[in-house]
Amino acid sequence: MADSICRTLRDGALEGELAPTLTIKDSLASPFAFHVFSHILLQLSSHVIAQKSQSQGIVIVALSRAPSSYAALLNMNGVDVASSKKWIHILDCYTDPLGWKDKTRKSANATDCSPQISVATSSFKTVKDVDKLFSVITELGRGLVGENKARFCVAIDSLSELLRHASLQSVAGLLSDLRSHDQISNIFGLLHSDLHEERAVAVLEYMSSMVASVDPYHSADGQKGCLGDSFSQQNLTKGKFNVRSKRRNGRVRVTCEEFKVESGGITFASVSSVDGTAVAGLLPKVQFNLQLSEKERVDRSNVVLPFEHQGNGKPIQIYDGRRSLEESNSEANPISSGKKEDSAMGEIIYFRDSDDEMPDSDEDPDDDLDI
Amino acid sequence: MEQKNWNLLDESLGLHINDDAKPWPLCGRFVLVEDCVDTSAAFVLHHILKRSFSSHPSSAVLFLAFSHPFSHYDRVLRKLGCNLTAQRDNGRFFFLPMLMFQCPGEGKPNHDGLASVFEQIERVITLLHQDKKSISIIIDDISFLEVAANGSSDDVLNLLHYCHTLTSEYGCALIALDHKDIYLNGDRTAVILEMEYRADILVKAEPLATGLAKDVHGQLMVLNKETQHQHGITAIKSYNFHFKIKENGIECFYPGTKIQ
Repeated sequence: MADSICRTLRDGALEGELAPTLTIKDSLASPFAFHVFSHILLQLSSHVIAQKSQSQGIVIVALSRAPSSYAALLNMNGVDVASSKKWIHILDCYTDPLGWKDKTRKSANATDCSPQISVATSSFKTVKDVDKLFSVITELGRGLVGENKARFCVAIDSLSELLRHASLQSVAGLLSDLRSHDQISNIFGLLHSDLHEERAVAVLEYMSSMVASVDPYHSADGQKGCLGDSFSQQNLTKGKFNVRSKRRNGRVRVTCEEFKVESGGITFASVSSVDGTAVAGLLPKVQFNLQLSEKERVDRSNVVLPFEHQGNGKPIQIYDGRRSLEESNSEANPISSGKKEDSAMGEIIYFRDSDDEMPDSDEDPDDDLDI
Repeated sequence: MEQKNWNLLDESLGLHINDDAKPWPLCGRFVLVEDCVDTSAAFVLHHILKRSFSSHPSSAVLFLAFSHPFSHYDRVLRKLGCNLTAQRDNGRFFFLPMLMFQCPGEGKPNHDGLASVFEQIERVITLLHQDKKSISIIIDDISFLEVAANGSSDDVLNLLHYCHTLTSEYGCALIALDHKDIYLNGDRTAVILEMEYRADILVKAEPLATGLAKDVHGQLMVLNKETQHQHGITAIKSYNFHFKIKENGIECFYPGTKIQ
């Protein structure tokens, strides 16, 4: 589903509709949301470079990672950083979110000695002021794509951090302003769901057209705090990736995938392609067998069911309690003919009183009783 | 570099990796050490302090002490074979005594108080950075920092964030001790979770699940999260082992493998 998310984000917003919004959420038990975030960021930037997407630029609002780490991420994945100034801009809310450094530097007249990075960056020092943040984001976006109808996308690397600095109302307001801005193609953000009240998570999920949640895998590995002997050393690499996407007409689609984090990044696989043992492993262990083997399945399909017996060659006869016409013609008087062998085999002879009588009448025989 | 006897704690923290480009393996990383009332993890800080001095001649440590005076650390480290007074005189150990530190009281905004702490930290760091030193910032411990900040955990998180920015700006290592059980109450859990999200390496000290034992003083769980630097993104590794604190060091071993 990661592909379909990327496609939706790539295709962007329709005229007169809100921009598609993706919230990626995780929890401490499976803290891989940033891997998903960087995967989507890389996919989108390759689309932007190839000019296949609606957005022509990306504004990254960096709250939890240093801008240099994004430069490194792009560099490592073979994105041409030199040309990146045209389509990517990082709004640095990480280095000095509250203006502490600014204050000391002003008083000491020291110069900014942060390492120079090759990606365009501008710093933002009043994260608590969300209104200003909105205007700065849109300004930067316009700087990238120009004043015309061209669109850009916004990546917020930690909604959680934003929620710590500002109230839920103002963050929700920011998201809603961004979604309805007519130059924004799509928005995606990262949320650590266990840091907030359920209310806050629900609010943000309402405001997103897609929610991708990174969940721990059910199997024994990945259980934290389980200090058993068998877990003395282990790697945590896998998990489940659940996506809930909402269509315009209100249809909600839920899909589930598995992901694996490797040295090259994150890879997604559909659950069915992973061997069935994972699914079978979820069933409780019982004495009797709940699954059929292949042979048992074939055998079962070969069994002739009782009502199918009559079908071998002859016309199917279902007795309706009445002697059929041809039968009565051919055996006009079975008793008078006195066939010994027939009587020796024993038979039940039954004549109905008359043909007027309805076969198997559903009339209640006790109907006329007066009780 | 001399051959050292690495123990499991060193291995789980990645201290045994000998990389010339990165003389102090914790550079640019945030190590959060969590303990509880039953099992103190102060020894992990002492251990890292000792290792940071022996890792490279150009390493330096900035120590923010909220819980003990200098003489305490001096005594403990001397037992471990490390002379803090000498290191301080050499300009490799900067001790910021914060025992008496208190932010301005109620009514006034507290950020100025912690901003001044950060100002002190940054001043030392810029000074050391000019000498091309690999620096570790050690905070002992966050719970007392919160007391000093008049109980405002938001301010504490802000200070930690600013210290964290130094890890990417100057390649510092940030090591902090905190007590997990003071956050167990309802809405306070978000604070410790927030710190756990930020941490690159999480060290948890717990008492033995099976109860007290003479030969084992507790268990450590080390969660070493991804490094995104040279080798791409690596997975989260976790280690579990038992430890025994001795007079002049610690002994770490996998459960059931201790040989008397």
